[in-house]
Amino acid sequence: MKTHVTTTINGATVEFLCQPRQSLLAVLRDELSLTGCKEGCNNGNCGACTVMLDGLPVDSCLVLAVEAEGAEIETVEGIAEQGHLHPLQQCFLEGAALQCGICTPGFLVTAKALLEKNPQPSEQEIRFGLAGNLCRCTGYDKIVRAVQAASQASPES
Amino acid sequence: MIDFEYAAPTQLDEAIRLLAAAGDGTRILAGGTDIIVQLREGLRSADLVVDIKKISELTQLKLSGDKGLHLGASVSCRRIYDDQNIAASYPGLADAVRIIGGWQIQSRASVGGNLCNSSPAADAIPPLIAYSATAHIAGPGGKRMVPVEEFCTAPGHNILQQGELLVALTLPPQPSNAGSAYQRFIPRNEMDIAVAGAASWVQLDQSGERIEQARIALSAVAPTPVFAVDASEWLKGQVVSEEVFAEAGELAKRVASPIDDMRGTAEYRTHLVGVLTKRTLATACQRARK
Ligand SMILES: Cc1cc2nc3c(=O)[nH]c(=O)nc-3n(C[C@@H](O)[C@@H](O)[C@H](O)COP(=O)(O)OP(=O)(O)OC[C@H]3O[C@@H](n4cnc5c(N)ncnc54)[C@H](O)[C@@H]3O)c2cc1C
Ligand code: FES
Ligand code: FES
Repeated sequence: MKTHVTTTINGATVEFLCQPRQSLLAVLRDELSLTGCKEGCNNGNCGACTVMLDGLPVDSCLVLAVEAEGAEIETVEGIAEQGHLHPLQQCFLEGAALQCGICTPGFLVTAKALLEKNPQPSEQEIRFGLAGNLCRCTGYDKIVRAVQAASQASPES
Repeated sequence: MIDFEYAAPTQLDEAIRLLAAAGDGTRILAGGTDIIVQLREGLRSADLVVDIKKISELTQLKLSGDKGLHLGASVSCRRIYDDQNIAASYPGLADAVRIIGGWQIQSRASVGGNLCNSSPAADAIPPLIAYSATAHIAGPGGKRMVPVEEFCTAPGHNILQQGELLVALTLPPQPSNAGSAYQRFIPRNEMDIAVAGAASWVQLDQSGERIEQARIALSAVAPTPVFAVDASEWLKGQVVSEEVFAEAGELAKRVASPIDDMRGTAEYRTHLVGVLTKRTLATACQRARK
C-alpha cells in the first residue's frame, strides 16, 4: 500500500506517494527527478546520497521516504541561488576538486553544512567533517583545498 | 527490500500495544543505520516497522546534578556531543559517539540503537558499562531496569523479549573527581569497525593520587561487550601510575576471548586490550584531576 507524504524540499512543499520500503534516496531520484543525490553504496558508507534532513546531513539511502513526512529537506539542487553558484561550487570547479563527479553532490551538501557550523575550519576539521563522504578519484586533497578556499571566499557563510 | 508496513506512534503505550499485537516480524526503527541496511541486505525481515522517533519519552536528553544523565533511547549521537555540558560531564560517552560513523551517521544513529543492535564491536556500549548505566525497558508486562553489562547476550542478541522496547538509558551523576575515556583501535583514522576498544571510568580520592573506584569495559574482544570486573576491582585503592595502568591492562586481557578475523588476530586483539586499557585509564585519571 502506498503512503502519502507531505514534505518540504529546497523550500517548496512537495507531496508524493511511496512504499514504506522505499528509501528517501530512491524517491528523490526516481519519483521526484532530483537526481543530484547519487547512489554509491546504498548502505551508508559513501555519502554520495547526502541530503540535509531538518538541518542535519544524512545519508538518504538510510532514511525511509515515509520518514520525510513533515520534514525539511535540502538537496544539492538547492545550493545554487538564482542561477548563481554557491562559493563552494565555484571553488570545486576552479580547484578541479572532482573527476568523475559522482561523489561531488554529497561533498557539497556536507561541506556546506560544515561551513555553516564552523565558518573557518582547520584542515583537520574539514577532513573529519567530510569523513562520511568517499571519493575514489581525487585523493581528497583538492576537495579539502576547495573547501578551504570557499571558507576564505565567504567568511560569513 | 521486501515490502512492509510502517507505523510511527507518538505515545509509548501505543507503541507497546503495536509491538505486542504484531508478530515477530515487527522491527523497531530508531536512526535506521543498522536496521535499514539489515532489511535491505536480507539479514532481517519485517512485516511491520515501528518508528520510535516520535515518542517524546524516547527523544528526551536531560542532564541534572542529582539524577545524572537521562538518555532517551532514540537520541542521536550528534545531540550528545553537541551538548557541551553533557560532553564535558560524560567524556567517555562523548569519545564514543564522536567516532560512530561519519557526520551523516551521527545525525541519525542512536546510542539506544547501538545497544539494541548488540554488536560485539559497538562503540557506545563499553562507555555505558563503564558508567554503570541502567537500561529502562518497557513491554506488555510492564517496566523493568537492567544494568547495561547484562543487556547483550550474544552477537546481535540481547535480553529484550518479544514486544519489549528500550525506553531510556540513565547514567549516574558524576562527582568532580571522576573521569572516563573510550578508545578503539582501527586501521584507518575514522569510519571503521573497532578491532578492539576499551572504556575506563575512575573516581579518585581527594588528593587525586589514589583510585577509589574504577570500571573498565571492552569491545570487539568477546561475543558481547564485556565488563572487566577483576581489573576494575583490583584498581580500587591503587596509586595513580603507569605501572598500575599497565597491570590493570594485563588483568583486563583475561576477560578477552577474541576471534581471528580479517580485522585482526586473537593474539593482536588481546595485545590491544592491554594497550587501550592502559591509555584510557591514563586519560580518565587526567580528566578526573581537572
Ligand atoms: C557507515 C556506517 C558506519 C558505522 N560506524 C560505526 C562505528 O564506527 N561504531 C559503531 O559502534 N557503530 C557504527 N555503525 C553502526 C551504528 O550506526 C549503529 O549501531 C547505530 O548506533 C544504531 O542506532 P540506530 O538509531 O541507527 O538504530 P536502528 O538501526 O534504527 O536500530 C538498531 C537495532 O536496534 C533495534 N532498536 C533500536 N532502537 C530500539 C529500542 N528503543 N528498543 C528496542 N530495540 C531497538 C532495532 O530494531 C535494530 O535491530 C555504523 C553504521 C554505518 C551504516
Ligand atoms: S549511497 Fe548512501 S551512503 Fe552510499
Ligand atoms: S570524483 Fe569520482 S568519486 Fe569523487
